[in-house]
Amino acid sequence: MSFLSNLINGLSLGSIYAIIALGYTMVYGIAKMLNFAHGDVIMVGGYVVFNLMTGQGMNPLLSVIAAIIVCTVLGVVIEKIAYKPLRGANSLAVLITAIGVSYFLQNAALLLFGSDVKAFVSVFNVKPFRLAGGALTITGVTVITVISCIVIMIGLMLFIKKTKSGQAMLAVSEDRAAAELMGVNVNQTISLTFAIGSGLAAIAGVLLCSAYPTLSPYTGAMPGIKAFTAAVFGGIGSIPGAFIGGILLGVIEIMGKTYISSQLADVIVFGVLIVVLLVKPTGILGQPIREKV
Amino acid sequence: MAMLEVKDLQVFYGMIQAIKGISFEVNQGEIIALIGSNGAGKTTTLQTITGILEAKAGKITFEGNDITNMPGHKIVKMGMAHVPEGRRVFANLTVYENLKMGAFTRKDKGEIARNFERVYKSFPRLEERKNQPAGTLSGGEQQMLAMGRALMSNPRILLMDEPSMGLSPIFVDEIFKIIEEVSSEGTTVLLVEQNAKKALSIADRAYVLETGNIALSGDAKELISNEQIRKAYLGE
Repeated sequence: MSFLSNLINGLSLGSIYAIIALGYTMVYGIAKMLNFAHGDVIMVGGYVVFNLMTGQGMNPLLSVIAAIIVCTVLGVVIEKIAYKPLRGANSLAVLITAIGVSYFLQNAALLLFGSDVKAFVSVFNVKPFRLAGGALTITGVTVITVISCIVIMIGLMLFIKKTKSGQAMLAVSEDRAAAELMGVNVNQTISLTFAIGSGLAAIAGVLLCSAYPTLSPYTGAMPGIKAFTAAVFGGIGSIPGAFIGGILLGVIEIMGKTYISSQLADVIVFGVLIVVLLVKPTGILGQPIREKV
Repeated sequence: MAMLEVKDLQVFYGMIQAIKGISFEVNQGEIIALIGSNGAGKTTTLQTITGILEAKAGKITFEGNDITNMPGHKIVKMGMAHVPEGRRVFANLTVYENLKMGAFTRKDKGEIARNFERVYKSFPRLEERKNQPAGTLSGGEQQMLAMGRALMSNPRILLMDEPSMGLSPIFVDEIFKIIEEVSSEGTTVLLVEQNAKKALSIADRAYVLETGNIALSGDAKELISNEQIRKAYLGE
């Protein structure tokens, strides 16, 4: 029974990684850049909810919506100010800028909210589910996290498959110039991608802080790196890949922590990544990169 | 007034000047060929017209509107479609989805449906393969898809870059037959080709590009019998 309970915890953590990884992978697929500030947007989402809900006593749902709006706008603004001027610059310049944005967000949070770790009160007031006569307890947050991840995943797939903007995203990710020739506004499509990715980061932030109830300016850093790993693991650029990579990473992390060593959990996670990349350099669902003539 | 007018166009790649002040025009209903060897600046010219590359100097006018350095996605909306060199179909999208992308700027559902019909009529093979990812098509089929995709925007002028490149002679004939068909249905065509013989055989007029300059221009039938052209571009 404890195995099952660990597995469920792994799925829950993996769902959070998956939601963050979706943002990483979409931005990479469409803007062809690694947005290392993505993890810190999660932290911003956490602080918005914390300040509105715990600070101002706002309704939890409304504070979550506010966090989504703030992060969406933040993502679009970051792209406009920091990344758009570098379109066409070499990828190293963009990467360093992204790391700079990440530090900027962390330090801005440090300045605004202080360095002390805040005790985050879960947004969700759901009773734990007791199964098998009380032998297996699943917290409400866990259930909501897993469901949110599945809903987001399906929603995103439908959005991309069924809407014009979604098809434009696919076209831009495959061939930016050809998409422009079809009449796709590439800049607008990239903005939209950042908006969606950052909105998802806000949701991930709320779920993360509800499941692991602490909040500091560095809250987003490690989950950000893990989710990036998950995206690479699943095949960066692939949406189902981010989902699978995130879930697997969460399960491996929790299982490693429980059955091998809690100190070595991260070593195991990154070790698995290295092995996967050795065997399949493009990740589980990644496609080999075609050289364009 | 010419439908498309290029005046004193200059384009640079960094410090290197690729187009050195060329002027030419395309009139409504014509097939115009832009021929010349590799590196003469043919593709650069087309890409500058459709907003992929930036013009350093000069002016491009389409139906009386200045489109110099206008973003590419706005130019498509105005009725100009570009079939890029190397087809550039969206390999992971299906044939149907590729064609739908071609109609991205069109809002009228009835018009889109008519365009699908028209494209499937010109390229029955695309209809047979409509649910297949474009990456699984042969080179010739991909060229057909690239053309069909461009026609989905119902353009008044079609710019084509090296449609014969890498195709078997049978496919080349088929593609050129379709270009003539498209032209006879009223679409103006600007055709860039290394296969000068083939291009001149269907064109009304032609311009010969040589290292960023227009070396020669005139009636296609006259150019085809021009001694200089025969030697340099027709391999005779």
